[in-house]
Amino acid sequence: MADPFAVKDCALIAIATGEHAQNLREMRDHLLTVHPGCIYHHFWGGMLQPRFDEPEYMNDFAAWAWRGLHDPGLAERLALIDPTHYRDLEELRRELLEVIEERLDETEMVPWSRTGQAFHFIRSRIVVFDTRIRISHPRELRDRIGQLPLGSVFYHFVDARRRAPIGKNDFSAWLMSLDGDWSELAEILGNVDPYFTTLAELRREFEEVLKAYAV
Amino acid sequence: MQCEGIQVNGLLQKYAQIVGEEVVDHLRQLAEPLRGLKVVHVNSTREGGGVAEILSWLVPLKNELGIHTEWEVVTGSQEFYQCTKGFHNALQGNRVEIPGSLLRAYEGANEENADRLRSSLEEADVVFIHDPQPAPLLRLCSGRRGKWIWRCHIDLSRPYRPVWKYLRGFVEGYDASVWSLAQFAQPLPHPLYLIAPSIDPLSEKNRELTPDEVLGVAVRFGLDPKRTAITQISRFDRFKDPVGVIRAYRLCKEYTPLQLVLAGGGATDDPEGEQVLREVRTAAGDDPHIHVLLLPADSHREINALQRFSQIVVQKSTREGFGLTVTEAMWKGKPVIGGDVGGIRLQVVNHHTGFLVNSPEGAALRIRYLLKHREHMLEMGRKARQFVRNNFLLTRHLREYLTLVHAIRHEERERIELNGLQSGL
Repeated sequence: MADPFAVKDCALIAIATGEHAQNLREMRDHLLTVHPGCIYHHFWGGMLQPRFDEPEYMNDFAAWAWRGLHDPGLAERLALIDPTHYRDLEELRRELLEVIEERLDETEMVPWSRTGQAFHFIRSRIVVFDTRIRISHPRELRDRIGQLPLGSVFYHFVDARRRAPIGKNDFSAWLMSLDGDWSELAEILGNVDPYFTTLAELRREFEEVLKAYAV
Repeated sequence: MQCEGIQVNGLLQKYAQIVGEEVVDHLRQLAEPLRGLKVVHVNSTREGGGVAEILSWLVPLKNELGIHTEWEVVTGSQEFYQCTKGFHNALQGNRVEIPGSLLRAYEGANEENADRLRSSLEEADVVFIHDPQPAPLLRLCSGRRGKWIWRCHIDLSRPYRPVWKYLRGFVEGYDASVWSLAQFAQPLPHPLYLIAPSIDPLSEKNRELTPDEVLGVAVRFGLDPKRTAITQISRFDRFKDPVGVIRAYRLCKEYTPLQLVLAGGGATDDPEGEQVLREVRTAAGDDPHIHVLLLPADSHREINALQRFSQIVVQKSTREGFGLTVTEAMWKGKPVIGGDVGGIRLQVVNHHTGFLVNSPEGAALRIRYLLKHREHMLEMGRKARQFVRNNFLLTRHLREYLTLVHAIRHEERERIELNGLQSGL
């Protein structure tokens, strides 16, 4: 019998690195060396940080290209980078650099931002705590997921990709450890796309998957 | 499902009715390992200004969560406040030369305050020093045993360098600093944490009011209930550009009957306010529809009513820390026309929760637009309130303070797992 699923919750605290980019070349140069936590924060950290519910772009690099550089073409290309498609943050960093270098190659002038519109590199630290909630059967997961804190959704579904050995979410990993054949459900949950959405929508999507599977 | 019960308390429970039980449970769990810690906050005024307002709710809530939290206020002579007002202006970019006599008054006042507060500060586990006024206390408490954090509420993106150079000497020894936005921060040899401020939805300034209460205040101040009202609430400070707001009003009033309210309280640490107030009154002239109101520091209900009475709220700052008056207005469902600076940018999402402007003409243009498109104005107000509910209420702020205390107590770790970790007392 596998252990019950221990629901954890988390909170992020953002840290300014002090590094900033005023133009696209500086952005490229900083991206070569910034802490990988910055890449993570600017793609995923927004899910747990203050932001408007209708963001025009899902990652901070694309939003800066739009608002700071006024370069809509670059903003669109950066916005299309889906971080879930890359094995790790270094691969994601390389893709970002690829898109930016391509833009630098094709423009005669380096796109630049006004004073006060620079891109500031931020990383975050995560504090994880036990909610003391235990789930012992997938049926309970179905019944309770709608009430789980959004921080738990972030931790078990988004953050898990950085730490679980298979790079999947914690729920799928737990289902695979249970007696009985839960591999199909684990795979369906694993295929839920956590990007281009909010944590509340993600939680709702999870709930729908579990109900549709008729656990 | 098993879930161990957690003690339910009164004040937090009231917030749960606004933000939801889930959010308050999250706070209790995050605070559990910190129970018994002693935390002290130090600033320079008990009332007036955003910092005092934040501390007035933060301190009791931390106590309710089991963290022994005290709030101390440093005091000083008139020269001390003159000096710190000079710091405030200089740190926001004004070229302000501060005479040596005022700097001596500043350091002397801190020495006197240190004598009074030393035992409390030295035994605390975590000390938060707010803004430059009490910054030298760190050096004056050599027997300190806890972590000391400098909380800067000011936009330091382009400080007047000589003044920052002087103050940096006092703050670089802290274990960490906290800033409202990344772009406000200056490089320092310790971690620079980011925490945006927030408002208290249950405070006198933000709680719900009945229509009669709102009308009663408006009539008391001589406002016309039938005339569209545009309001800016702020201290009388040049960075808030009150004269620019009067100019924007004059560019609009020939199209729609308007009244303008410029209302603000004084703060005990702001000796320059009276001079700016005179300039504003001169600019207003004898226009009976411009209402310049100098309100006592405790006029929270009046400010609440004036914001609710208005159709549009303006915050046309040219430099701004975070701009809590913007948050307050948005919480009341008002679209905000704000200066394109500082924390206003984080709150006013162009065309969604209001408009960002760069001149009196820009403000006038947006006022006219909103008055012509009333449905859009109401829709923006609804979005503004929801945006504040999700992001800028004190529960989010408190969560980040608690997270920060965990982070500062386990600074060697990128990822802090609290299972089994105790406060270390």
